[in-house]
Formats: sequence, C-alpha cells, structure tokens
Amino acid sequence: MKEVKISVRNLNLYYGEKQALKNISIDIPSNKITAFIGPSGCGKSTFLRVLNRMNDLIDNVKITGEVLIENVNIYDKQIDVVNLRKRVGMVFQKSNLFPKTIYENLIYGLKINGIKDKKILDATAEKTLKQAALWDEVYDRLHEPALSLSGGQQQRLCIARALAVEPEIILMDEPASALDPISTAKIEELIHELKNKYTIVIVTHNMQQAARVSDQTAFFYLGELIEYDKTSKIFTNPSKKQTEDYVTGRFG
Amino acid sequence: MELLKKKRNDVEGLIFINLVRFLFYILLAVLIFLLFKIFIEGIGVISFEFLFDSPRNNMTEGGIGPAIFGTIAVTFIMILFAVPLGVFSAIYLNEYAKDTFLTRIIRTSVNNLAGVPSIVFGLFGLGFFILFVGKNLDEVLGTGLLFGQPALLWASATLAVLVLPVVIVSTLEALNSVPKTHRDASYGLGATKWQTIKNVVLPQARPGILTGTILAISRGAGETAPILFLGAAFFLPNLPLVDLCIGDYCITIINPAEQFMYLAYHIFILATQSANPTKTLPIQYGSTLVLIALTFLLNITAIIFRYRFRKILGRV
Repeated sequence: MKEVKISVRNLNLYYGEKQALKNISIDIPSNKITAFIGPSGCGKSTFLRVLNRMNDLIDNVKITGEVLIENVNIYDKQIDVVNLRKRVGMVFQKSNLFPKTIYENLIYGLKINGIKDKKILDATAEKTLKQAALWDEVYDRLHEPALSLSGGQQQRLCIARALAVEPEIILMDEPASALDPISTAKIEELIHELKNKYTIVIVTHNMQQAARVSDQTAFFYLGELIEYDKTSKIFTNPSKKQTEDYVTGRFG
Repeated sequence: MELLKKKRNDVEGLIFINLVRFLFYILLAVLIFLLFKIFIEGIGVISFEFLFDSPRNNMTEGGIGPAIFGTIAVTFIMILFAVPLGVFSAIYLNEYAKDTFLTRIIRTSVNNLAGVPSIVFGLFGLGFFILFVGKNLDEVLGTGLLFGQPALLWASATLAVLVLPVVIVSTLEALNSVPKTHRDASYGLGATKWQTIKNVVLPQARPGILTGTILAISRGAGETAPILFLGAAFFLPNLPLVDLCIGDYCITIINPAEQFMYLAYHIFILATQSANPTKTLPIQYGSTLVLIALTFLLNITAIIFRYRFRKILGRV
C-alpha cells in the first residue's frame, strides 16, 4: 500500500450505553478512493463522521482510540475542530445547499474564513465549478437560487462547495443515493477525476458503485470492520464468509 | 343492497360536513357583523382632525391624536425591550442550552407565561418596575420622584414582559424549522457554531422571527389591563415628548418618564366614564375602528415582509 493518509487505531464509539463501532483499525491511503460498504446500521456512516469529528455535534457520544491524519491524532485536546473540518471536507447524502444563490453557496466556506477579496472569490468559484464539471451548465446564472438546479447539479454543486475550502480529504456519505443513473454516472466520473488531488472516502449502499469507483473497499457489519482490502479482491475473492455473502447479495 | 348501505354512510358524512360548514358560517357572520358594525358606526367620525387632534370638551368632541401617539410610542419602546431579549433567549434555548431538567422548566415556564392573565402582568409591573426598580433607582441616583412613578417606560417594559412568550415561542419555532442538514453543511465547511447561526440559521429563521415580532406588537397594542396602573392617563393636554439637547442641538424624543394616553384604554374610558354617552358613542366607534385598522395594518406588514423574505430565500 502506498502512503497512508488516515490511520485509525482501535477506535470504539458509543452512543450512550450502546456501542456503535467496535475496535476499528484501518489505514486509508493517500490519493485513492476508499469505499465503505455494509448493510444499513452497520456503522459505516458513523465511522465516516468520526473522520472529521461531525459526531461531536451529537450529545452522548463517547469515542476511544486514535484517528491519525498525517500522524496527528485529531481527537487530541489541542486540535481545533474547525480547522480539521476545513482539511477534511464532507459531502452529504442529500444535497444540502443553502437557500442562497449558486455563487453564495460556493464561496460560503471562504467567507467564513474571512476572505473578502472579490477576485479570489470569483476565481475560486470558477475553478471549483470547473473541477465539479458544472461550469458549462451554470456559468451564466451564478446569481440565481441554487435550489433552482436539478438534483444532480445540486449534488455536484455541493461537491464544488466542499472543494472551495481546499480540503485534503473529502468524505462522501452516499453522495449519489438520491440521484438518477445519469446523474450518478456524472458524480462517479467526477469522483474519479478528483482522486488525483484528494484522498476520497465514500460510503455507499450500491455495491456496483463501490466496485466501479473505489481502489480500496472496507466491509462493515454490526459495528465491526470485517474485511478491508483492494476493491478487486473484496469483490472477486474475499477472504471472509460474511463479506462474500454480502457482495454476492446473499444478505443485507 | 350494498349500494344502499353505502348511501347511508354518505348521508352521515353529508350531515357532518354541513354541520361543520354551518358552524363556520356562524363564526364568519359574527366576525363580519362585528367589523361591519364598527366600520359603519365609526367611519363617520374619521377625519384628519380626528386622527391628530386632542379630545376636547370632556371627550365629547375633538380627536384621539394623543392616544394614537401614545399607543405607537409605548409599543415602539416595548419592541426595543422584547425583541432582542426574546430572540436571544430563544437562540440560547434552541442552539446552546443542553436538554436538562432546568432548561425544560424554562421552556415550560415560557409557555405558561403566555397564559397568565394580563392584569397580573400589570400588578407585576407596578410592584417590580415602579415600586422596586424605580423607587430604588430614585434613591440611588437621588433623583427624588422621577423613576418611582407610573410612566411610559415602565408600561413598555411591562408589556415587553407580557409579549415575551410570543416572541420566544415564534423564534424557537423558526429556529427549529431550519433543517439540520443545512447546519451540517455549514459545520462540514469548517464554520464555527456562531458562524453557522449567523450565516445559515438566522437568515432562514428571519421570516418567523418577524412574524413573532408583529404578533407581539398587535398583542401589546391591544392590551388594556396591564397599563391601568402603569401610567395610562385619562387625559393629557400635551404629548409625552421632551427636547433632548446636546449643546445647541436639540431633537425631540419620546419622554419615557411621562404618562401617556393609550387607544385601548381610551376606548375603555369612553365606554365607562363618559359624561355624555350619546355624544361620545360615535367617537368610541371611531377609536375602535382606528385600533382595529392599526392592528390590521401591522399584520399586513408582517405578511408582506414574510412574503418578501421567503421570495429572497427562494424555494426551500
């Protein structure tokens, strides 16, 4: 395996009394796409949110273990969560654009960082829209409401918005689950292109999607990491019985 | 036979629908009659003079200018107290306070506060603001009898306490209706809590907060009981104004230490203390019409504002 970007060691997560993640250790490589698969409620989304500490926003969550990003434990007391989330961006299951214009959505991340220079803002907006392959579709209506876009365009705008703060890692929580096949294909293509510059972790329900886009795949079941390997290995020759049953559709 | 049975069910439904419809029309008729009656009886006396002049000749002639002015002045100062206090309380309760026993008690209390009879607020205002805060201020500042008496300021403060639940509850609802996914998006982009509240939550909650504010104004403008003890005057020859001077430069402002006339109280006076009921009756209708029109106008403003904000926010 190449350079490791995120290294998780013995991570446990509890919602109150209930343990949702059990002793998870995983190394996520740099500039690759890593997919988390598993049945609903297996903890894959929860684990994704561990990686940029979005779980901090929920009461009653207790976490033990270490999450090292470039050898720095992000659960260290000295870590600034706000800065962490700038480095580790997130795209959610459903498009969650603000009811503002396309442009305002794009520059939101910069604005809260105190960047006011219109030149920088305009340049970033254009650059990220091009990265998200959305520029040609919206360049002439940047100041129209973002919510007037189609579902697929909205989700790509969400990705562009996440790119604008220049993260190193992008977490995607089922980014295409609410989209039609054509929009899904566009998103997948986009994810594929982004991997040159970013480390991408994607949670998906869709096994074909995991097989298509990812380099590494991790299979979660009941809060445990069952198997983690090259995607080709997981889908063709898994070493655990549970993984095989899941990827062949025998349960889940 | 099956068909017949079904028809009987339909008859029951029909009776029910018509009963509901009938009750609705009764309600509508009462409302229309009331408004129509007030309009017909009141419109005759409405004139420029009526709206701006003072009452004359023991209230049997003249206008209601000071009462309109007093109502606007009191509700204006009330809003200055109630809205910041209410909005910030709601922000604290909804965004920052954890769900503990104490905050639950506070939430319940806020809701219960809305159900307290308004006369109780009046007595509270007299006891707390005038006799406690005012009297002590006078003693500490050595101002003789300035704060410790009924005045516009204390009436506004008391009405502010009265309408506080309205502002808090509507703000809470507005904040609650902002989707969690939008907050997540903001946090995910590296925003702090306050940045998220300021840039994402509050803009979306603004229409709701505004509605609460306007509801508070209409409620405050219509109250009579609480201001009875707090400086509402039977009749005042002058408007409660004062010149505030800095050097040679003077501006006229509302004098918060003065007593004031109030529309709702004025109607009460006209109805109960009139020396000549036949002469004051039209004035009374006119005043009622003005009060209703004022409240109506405020509600319309709220609706327009809300509509415009929603339009700016676009499709949500």
